[in-house]
Amino acid sequence: MKQHWLQTGNGKAVSCKQIPSLPSLEFNSALAEALENKKRVVSWFGMESGSDIRVFAVCSDTSHSALWVTATMFEAEQRSFPSLASRFPAVHLFECELYEQHGLLPENHPWLKPVRFEHGRKHSLGMHDYPFFPMDGAEVHEVGVGPVHAGVIEPGHFRFQCHGETVFHLEIQLGYQHRGLESLFLQKPLLRQAALAESITGDTSIGHVWAYAQAMEGLTGVTPPERAQWLRVIALELERLAMHIGDLGALSGDIAFLPGLSVYGRLRTEVINTSMALSGSRFGRGLIRPGGVVYDVDSQFLAEYLPRMLTHVEKDMDGINEMLIESPSVIPRLEHTGLLSTAVASEIGVVGFVARSSGIAMDSRHDHPYGGYVFLKSRMGAIPTFRWGDVEARTKLRIAEAKQSIQLIWLSLIHLNDQSSISMPCTTDQIQPDSLVVSMVEGWRGEVVHCVVTGPNRETLRYKIKDPSFHNWFGLAQALRNNGISDFPLCNKSFNLSYSGFDL
Amino acid sequence: MLNALKVRWAQGYQTVDHIRQVELNQRFRGLPVIESRACPEDCQACVEVCPSQAIQLSPVRIDLGKCIFCPDCSKVCPAEKIHFTPDYHLSCNEREGLVVGSQTQHPAVKTEERIKQIFGRSLKLRSVSAGGCNGCEMELNALANVNFDMGRFGIEFTASPRHADGLVLTGPISENMAPALQATFDAIPSPKIVIAVGACGISGGVFAASPALDRRFLEKIPVDLYIPGCPPHPLTFLNGLLDLLGKKYS
Ligand code: SF4
Ligand code: SF4
Repeated sequence: MKQHWLQTGNGKAVSCKQIPSLPSLEFNSALAEALENKKRVVSWFGMESGSDIRVFAVCSDTSHSALWVTATMFEAEQRSFPSLASRFPAVHLFECELYEQHGLLPENHPWLKPVRFEHGRKHSLGMHDYPFFPMDGAEVHEVGVGPVHAGVIEPGHFRFQCHGETVFHLEIQLGYQHRGLESLFLQKPLLRQAALAESITGDTSIGHVWAYAQAMEGLTGVTPPERAQWLRVIALELERLAMHIGDLGALSGDIAFLPGLSVYGRLRTEVINTSMALSGSRFGRGLIRPGGVVYDVDSQFLAEYLPRMLTHVEKDMDGINEMLIESPSVIPRLEHTGLLSTAVASEIGVVGFVARSSGIAMDSRHDHPYGGYVFLKSRMGAIPTFRWGDVEARTKLRIAEAKQSIQLIWLSLIHLNDQSSISMPCTTDQIQPDSLVVSMVEGWRGEVVHCVVTGPNRETLRYKIKDPSFHNWFGLAQALRNNGISDFPLCNKSFNLSYSGFDL
Repeated sequence: MLNALKVRWAQGYQTVDHIRQVELNQRFRGLPVIESRACPEDCQACVEVCPSQAIQLSPVRIDLGKCIFCPDCSKVCPAEKIHFTPDYHLSCNEREGLVVGSQTQHPAVKTEERIKQIFGRSLKLRSVSAGGCNGCEMELNALANVNFDMGRFGIEFTASPRHADGLVLTGPISENMAPALQATFDAIPSPKIVIAVGACGISGGVFAASPALDRRFLEKIPVDLYIPGCPPHPLTFLNGLLDLLGKKYS
């Protein structure tokens, strides 16, 4: 590993000059070797300068909480590389993205699909003449849904190949929410992009803005005060709690378990109103900025408001959880539905709670701890997982994680007694030139990864964003195979993936 | 069984009754108040820091159609001219009415007789999400929960545009979504209304400068109601709509 990679850590900036620059083929074999040794690729992206394209890859090594980076350069006439996707399906979408964003062709890629129909894309296929994967045979029929769906939700297209009620294959085509986020990050001074980071996906405002702020702190060498670190943990766990509870409500609605719909709905309101009491926004916006947080909390919030909410929500959540699990109409509807086996899950590289529900213990709070989690890691215990990977497992895991979030908030509260400051100044002249930083935060869906590259004048050369949905949409497509098409809404809710976070 | 009763008992009555007067937490950032005192000479701090080009100077005015209530301007102003209040009555049927300064009127929604007559008792809406972050959609969904219960006012979201009386637009309108937005609008039978929700829907919000947008839809189609926020609080939406429909609910 040592010779072809440079070791770094979560939120730590490294000089671009120190990153190995390997010949393309050697870069490929370095990646293949890492993948063979059970490392995971957490980011793999290109950066254009003139006619050259520099490509970086980042691997996660959980045994040392380390991240490893390496790079290669594609000069003007060189626009292809041998694809690794057939051997390692987990990287298939990175390769598709390299092709779509930069025209780097992964030779012999098994399915070079458009990712999000990027603005100014290199693809020849248009969004409206995209040929979906077809199936032939007597009685095979095709169902197309979207981009506008029945509910108030984001747009995407789903194409089902069915035999009777059974889905043989589901193809998901996204890109409707594509609004050029990565290029917007280059348009303004880097330190003024917190609001944009909060709008990558609204349901993970805290997860993304923390990843952004941590990247900025890595680049400027600023350490946020401890008090800010704990307030961030509280904000992130409130976000996780609210989303898990909200989704349990939505799942209940889908299976006509109406007490769940209304009780979880009400509990979610209590949690997001707590985020509002903390930050002035029900989604925690405006709270986290590079260098710390903007709002402090008073003793009334710490001693009364928050503890009352936690106690109350936990008690009522336990009641409705018990009712959900014990209702004869619920569990039989969830078990064996939308199965994603451990083998398939690890092969295609899903992340976050989806991976944990399929028996893969991974969590960046644990594997690459940051901020308050450096301390909390040892108190979190083992990462909760389930083996079966069906809707039941994902439901029960969310229940377990919601409870864990409440525990983590309690633990954070203990540390908020000191009256230290909540923010340190971060200024542009502190930004390290010619550097790369990789920043990972465990959002409620899974790992949020931001990679930032600066140039010689401290300008932003590349801002790469990865929402966990980038990996997990393919997991949803796999989970639907051999299920009834009417189970789609239920499976979909159990994943609840982000369109805006994927489409960027 | 006992547990079920306990859960039901704990749920109690959750509906927000007085949706016009509810007081939100003091930290909630609604209507900005701009003081009339003079700015320090050559100061542009608020303009420079604003993520969505919402501020004009001399005199200072904030365009609520662009503002994301972040509230960075209020933090950097050396004269402390800008404060945010928890007032969530922000909607307006005129685009210009969203620009607030120290001397301007409170944004307000005028009841439109024609709209009141046709849709006053029942209004069905089709939502189209076009390139936003999903924050607005989550708040629109919250309107149907037990707290806000929008259905009690005869206002609901429908699955099919054919059953709708109006379009609720969220998001800055990405190029990739523009054709589907137009097709959905065309599928709604006339007479119909258009409601632009959130900084994105109204102006493009934090994404306004992106070349990946195509906002030509709004050049052709007039908007009946603007609902500011990023995302708007459900109460901003609900009150704006009740005003538009002339519902005298208090
Ligand atoms: S609060 Fe509104 S006007 Fe002020 S900086 Fe933020 S977006 Fe701009
Ligand atoms: S207005 Fe704000 S909350 Fe609404 S879609 Fe745009 S960025 Fe998201």
